[in-house]
Amino acid sequence: METMSGLQGALGGVLIGLSATLLMGLLGRIAGISGILSGLIFDRGGDRPWRLAFLLGLVSGPALLMLTGSGLGNTAAGTGVVGLPVAGPLLMLAGGLLVGLGTGLGSGCTSGHGVCGLARLSPRSMAATLVFVLVAMLTVFVSRHMLGGSV
Amino acid sequence: MKALAGYLAGLLFGLGLAVSGMTDPARVIGFLDVAGAWDPTLIFVLGGAVVTTFIGYRLVWRRQAPVLDVRFQLPTRRDLDGRLLGGAALFGIGWGLTGYCPGPAVASLPGLSWPLALFLVAMVSGWWLARRSSPAH
Repeated sequence: METMSGLQGALGGVLIGLSATLLMGLLGRIAGISGILSGLIFDRGGDRPWRLAFLLGLVSGPALLMLTGSGLGNTAAGTGVVGLPVAGPLLMLAGGLLVGLGTGLGSGCTSGHGVCGLARLSPRSMAATLVFVLVAMLTVFVSRHMLGGSV
Repeated sequence: MKALAGYLAGLLFGLGLAVSGMTDPARVIGFLDVAGAWDPTLIFVLGGAVVTTFIGYRLVWRRQAPVLDVRFQLPTRRDLDGRLLGGAALFGIGWGLTGYCPGPAVASLPGLSWPLALFLVAMVSGWWLARRSSPAH
């Protein structure tokens, strides 16, 4: 089970890498989700059509796996493709705000800094990735093991 | 053609997130929970993605320009500043509290729930706030 989950993780990672390569090769753009989607919502101009199409593609990937009942999901529970939120409504609100604010101020998220930035060997992305991974680990440690929260 | 390219890239990205299990916040928190029953899956996802992108970028950069546009648009800054690191830290807190970063949160729309809808609305509000405080806007 553990091996299978790692293999599926690597396979999914390769697909994400192919996506980033395709976007760079065809449009010359970084595959950063926060940049693409916030740009779609807040920027005017010629980038809107491909950004909207990217959003539709991003959503249709998991939707296709769900509709075809392919059994290709890799949730921790072992069933389905999209897992349910584990945090309650208030934490989801606060967390969403922090994720939006943080990726907006920090110019990127797990995809833009974590995948594309590391692949470009960008010092800014390496620093940002190190910071958000360590802070997220610390946050989970505090909320799970010190405060004993539900998350 | 640009829209088709965008769709294909989005589709591959969404399939990658779903196949790897990153559309499950329990998996992501399992990785972040180093003091608990640690789940290494995310390392394989990030590793597979970074190695593929590293090779892929170097192949496509052999061209003078991308196929459907006039130039590659790459960030040029190399300095570290408070905005970058502070933003990354805020993002890390939100990621740790929920197990969602932007890609998986949006890719999970086909399994939409109320808490996820709240997250998405709050995330977009956060983007708006960040842009308001940005010197460029």
